[in-house]
Amino acid sequence: MAKGALRQLLPSRSGKLTTGLVIVIGITLFAIIAPFFTQNPRSSQNPAMLPPGADHLLGTTSLGYDVFAQLAEGARSSLLVGVTAGAIAIVLSIIFGIVAGYVGGWTDAGLRLVTNIMLVIPAIPLQIVVASYLQKRSLVLVAVILGVLGWAGGAVVLRSMALSLRTRDYVSAAKVAGEKTWRIILVEIMPNLLPLLAAQFLFAVILAILNEAGLSYLGLGPNNSITWGTILNDAQGGSALTRGAWWWFVPPGVLIALFGCGMSLINFAIDEIINPKLRSAPQAAKRVRKAGGDVVVNAEQEPEKVNA
Amino acid sequence: MTFFLRRIAFYAVTLWAAVSLNFLIPRLLPGDPVSIMLARLQRNGTISPAMERSVRVLLGSSGDTSMFQDYLDYWGRLFRGDLGVSVTRFPTPVADLIGGALPWTVGLIGVSTVIAFVIGIGLGAWAGWKRGTWVDAIIPSTTLLQSLPYFWLALLFVFLFAVSWGIFPIIGGYDVFNFNGPELSWAFVGSVIRHATLPGLTIVVSSVGGWLLGMRNMMVATLSEDYVTTAEAKGLRPRRVFMTYATRNAVIPSLTGFGVSLGFVVSGSLIMERVFSYPGLGKLMIDAVGNNDYSLMQGTFLIITLAVLAALFIMDLVQGLIDPRTRHHG
Repeated sequence: MAKGALRQLLPSRSGKLTTGLVIVIGITLFAIIAPFFTQNPRSSQNPAMLPPGADHLLGTTSLGYDVFAQLAEGARSSLLVGVTAGAIAIVLSIIFGIVAGYVGGWTDAGLRLVTNIMLVIPAIPLQIVVASYLQKRSLVLVAVILGVLGWAGGAVVLRSMALSLRTRDYVSAAKVAGEKTWRIILVEIMPNLLPLLAAQFLFAVILAILNEAGLSYLGLGPNNSITWGTILNDAQGGSALTRGAWWWFVPPGVLIALFGCGMSLINFAIDEIINPKLRSAPQAAKRVRKAGGDVVVNAEQEPEKVNA
Repeated sequence: MTFFLRRIAFYAVTLWAAVSLNFLIPRLLPGDPVSIMLARLQRNGTISPAMERSVRVLLGSSGDTSMFQDYLDYWGRLFRGDLGVSVTRFPTPVADLIGGALPWTVGLIGVSTVIAFVIGIGLGAWAGWKRGTWVDAIIPSTTLLQSLPYFWLALLFVFLFAVSWGIFPIIGGYDVFNFNGPELSWAFVGSVIRHATLPGLTIVVSSVGGWLLGMRNMMVATLSEDYVTTAEAKGLRPRRVFMTYATRNAVIPSLTGFGVSLGFVVSGSLIMERVFSYPGLGKLMIDAVGNNDYSLMQGTFLIITLAVLAALFIMDLVQGLIDPRTRHHG
């Protein structure tokens, strides 16, 4: 791929992208580095229910755990589950989306039916049922449950793009040249879907982190692990709400929301590459308004003047 | 007419798949729900052969009958509305428990989703119309709303509105101290609305961002279409261009996306019900999971799936009626 083409595929620098990257990289660094400096998140030596202070940045829980330490450890596990599940989901989306869209025929019909069925069966209830049968749940197993049951949305998007790519000249040329199907998919089609794949991956990671938090909040997350969801589950069990311990249940949710928001902002930037109209149309509207000056602005406010 | 036939066929296949999945999950996954259920039923008294057969058909047989025979029997029981017996609330049938919980969840999610849809589409259309202005700058912040876990937002609302300020009740679907059960009176309706406000607000706040963003993006794309430029050039009033030309066309993909969004809303609300101890399907299912009440859990899962399928099916038909293009190309 030429250098110019690569640059076109990369998101243009914008406020959204910068904010998103800062948030995502910041939380990721927090997850990697912070656990080395905090006290043991499983140590209950501290006084219980301390509000935030110098010794305990975010206070302690009803059992004397340090909330900040739990948050750091939780960040590590939550992100790990999210990225693993996201990776599994994106591979399945590729199989069910791109392969179906490119190969067509009965393969497409079969894969599409499975995709549509998975799409309409609500994910969380299914994950609750499956998780409840698996009594011993490691982090990886939870990630597998989330990934295997959460790829359908991405597959639908990828399939429609693959459908539009399969009739392009360069794909036909590769086919005529005798290239194998898997090579055409990997070498000719996938690179052109790269921005879309990246967007779907980020989306899958957010979804997995949200769903993991939900499962853990219900006590169906990984056993013996601390994640943002298990902290919320503990907070509910320790009646943090009625005892006014906001420092216990507010931070995990804020981190989940911030991380999701950061990922979505990056997705915004990617979206503007995939769909140039989103970028060009607001700019065009701005130009028209500037060129028209007062006349157009007035016309927007007072419809009568247009007819006059 | 082929459009409707194709949709009916798709939903029939999906229905079959969902029911079969429900049949297979307890059989394929590890764990022994049958012995757990039978042991717990035994504590409530002697088990009749019919009851044992029911548990085996619903959760997995061991030996004397073939799986295919169980499968047929399973379908037969479903048609008779027999979903087994709950062990936690022995001897209430699962179907009765679900019947009591279903209206709460359907009412809550239905009303909140319609409110969120109307607000989101309205704001989204307006934001798209105002493209290239300061409005663009606040659009990205809606992603924060979308990334909020439902149940966490619910915890926050309970903490603020119920615990700290005492404006709304903390838990339940109605005032259990004043009413013995659901009744037909204005006082009861008022109590239900008061109790549903915070759960409803949670759903609206978390789901409105998605509608807003989708609608805004579609609106921006529609407004750059040639027919909109033509309409403006003809000198039509902006209000008419906005309503008849742009919004009407831009709203269609949002209706299509309704299905996927509904899955998210249902998933989120079910977990949220635990925060409010709302007497709906979510709480029923979560209680069942906590108590290893497998029949109740499987039954709730089945009914949730069927309810979502029914809602999607209706939406599909409505869309086929509204938008002729789906009938021809769908």
